Amino acid sequence: MIAVDSIHKSFGKVHAVRGVSFTAPDGKITGLLGPNGAGKSTTLRVLYTVLKPDRGSAEIDGSDVVTDSLAARQKIGALPHGAGLYPHLSARENVAYYAKLCGVDNGEVDDRVASIIRLLEIEEFADRRTKGFSQGQRTKVSLARALVHDPQNVILDEPTNGLDVMATRSLRHLILKLKDAGRCVLFSSHVMQEVAALCDDICIIANGQVAIDDSIDGIRERTGQDDLEEAFVAAIQLVGDE
Amino acid sequence: MRTLLTVFFKEIIDNIRDRRTLASALIMGPIFGPVLFAFVINLSIDRALDDAESSMDLPVIGQEHAPNLIRFLQSRNIDIIDGPADVDGAAEAVRTGAHDVVLVIPENFGEQLADTIPARVELFSDEANSQGEKEARRARSALYAYNQQLAGMRLSARGVNPMLLRPINIDEIDVSTPSGRSAMLLGMMSYFFIFALLMGGMYLAIDTTAGERERGSLEPLLSLPITRGQLILGKIMATCVFMAASLMLSLLSFYVVLKFMPLEQLGMTPNFDPGVVAAAFLLLLPFVLLGAALMTLVASFTKSYKEAQTWLSVVLVAPTLPVLVVSILTLRPQLEFMFVPSLSQHLILVDMIKNEPLNGLFIAVSAGSTLAIAGALTWLCVRLYRREGLLG
Repeated sequence: MIAVDSIHKSFGKVHAVRGVSFTAPDGKITGLLGPNGAGKSTTLRVLYTVLKPDRGSAEIDGSDVVTDSLAARQKIGALPHGAGLYPHLSARENVAYYAKLCGVDNGEVDDRVASIIRLLEIEEFADRRTKGFSQGQRTKVSLARALVHDPQNVILDEPTNGLDVMATRSLRHLILKLKDAGRCVLFSSHVMQEVAALCDDICIIANGQVAIDDSIDGIRERTGQDDLEEAFVAAIQLVGDE
Repeated sequence: MRTLLTVFFKEIIDNIRDRRTLASALIMGPIFGPVLFAFVINLSIDRALDDAESSMDLPVIGQEHAPNLIRFLQSRNIDIIDGPADVDGAAEAVRTGAHDVVLVIPENFGEQLADTIPARVELFSDEANSQGEKEARRARSALYAYNQQLAGMRLSARGVNPMLLRPINIDEIDVSTPSGRSAMLLGMMSYFFIFALLMGGMYLAIDTTAGERERGSLEPLLSLPITRGQLILGKIMATCVFMAASLMLSLLSFYVVLKFMPLEQLGMTPNFDPGVVAAAFLLLLPFVLLGAALMTLVASFTKSYKEAQTWLSVVLVAPTLPVLVVSILTLRPQLEFMFVPSLSQHLILVDMIKNEPLNGLFIAVSAGSTLAIAGALTWLCVRLYRREGLLG
């Protein structure tokens, strides 16, 4: 479970995140939705501990991301936006590197890597060096290495960016599998339809603030819009008007 | 510890597969030095042989007016060739560089000599032409020697001891040992060792820091449950291994080159046997740590591969500057110098090659201060990686 409590983060004069709070429970998919530059990535980067919030706090399964960041990192698998691979290593080696770093026992590394490779259907190119991989292949390998240590909480920053229809579909299947396994999945997107198709809860962020945090039906109800896209626009305007 | 080793082995494998890193570590550094060195040594051997043994051509106008002088010059290994047609031609030939030097013997040379009037000869040369200057100097000294000889003969003919003309006898004694003479030129070697060492790890230092950031693999790495101190230590260690390998190769290739160089012809016998190779490696090992930590630290501050490359080329030159200054000023080793990394290793290395007794205190201070600075730089790297601002 991921709990975020009114975090703030500024970069110089830009106040990117202004008091974002939400909860992403286990066994559910939580979508972080918002226009470009709304503060989604900054929020997620605080959660996977590469940024420290100026104010507020966040916990991963009870571990604070600032005061106990190592424990918090142990419980998450993160796919940062535009994550890069090591071009001179094969897909399998890329994944194995993360498995070892995450503390998977030496004897189990090969099995664990093999099973995640099977799960993500990347056997075909698993032993090729990742130099020259397509965006879809790269995303799958990045995801495999984020999940190789079997984390309870999965944070995905714009995972479907640059993916074709088939790759998006298989990613969606995987996210649903994680949910069925009782995992907490938090992912960000700026595409309404994608979030609507997957998420149980949606947290719409605009201008660094939470505009609305509810289930899909709840959002429809509160904005008075039946069409999701209209609801999205209406929700963003709630913040913009302030 | 496991994180450290995992990162270490991954960086080694990753970079062994990178042709650019490998080329700079195994070829550029280790080969560039010895090749340049062999070239310079060959050049100076050629020069040295030139000066001593080879004959020079001297164009002379009016050879027939001074047959004895001509014979004297020939005895000093100077080949007399026909000069330009007249005096104006001689000046022109020297000015245009057709001849470096031209000797003109006037018609009345023999007459003046017989009348004991200072007999006039003209030597055309171009002082602005350094190569020609050398030839002119040789011709001039031959003429002086002839002058001296004639003067001596005249005095003896009049019953005066020609030794009166030599109140002082200057005897120059060169006390430099053959190994010592080598040190001048071989002092260059430590410059190449340090260069090769730094070059060997440069691309790895960039790839593991700025490269990692540029390709977007740093952020997922930092989100893993690892202590960042171990992460950066593993990277520095991998850089150390590449630097040490490059250093070793550089030492070995110099060893081979020196074996095949005719250094005795320059009066040099450098003390560079396998024992010295091993000792030099150990001596420079603390500097490997310093180089790896320094390059990693500098590259960590940069945002891209290109930026890191720019800054690291500065780092590449910096440690060679004290070596250069000391070589130019020919300073002797002193305790204060031993606190300066690269300089201390250079001075001790020169002593090793000169086969002079080594000062244990100097070696201890050199290793100690270099390791202390390396430790401080490593600590700064760890601090830097613990800061979030790293990702900017």
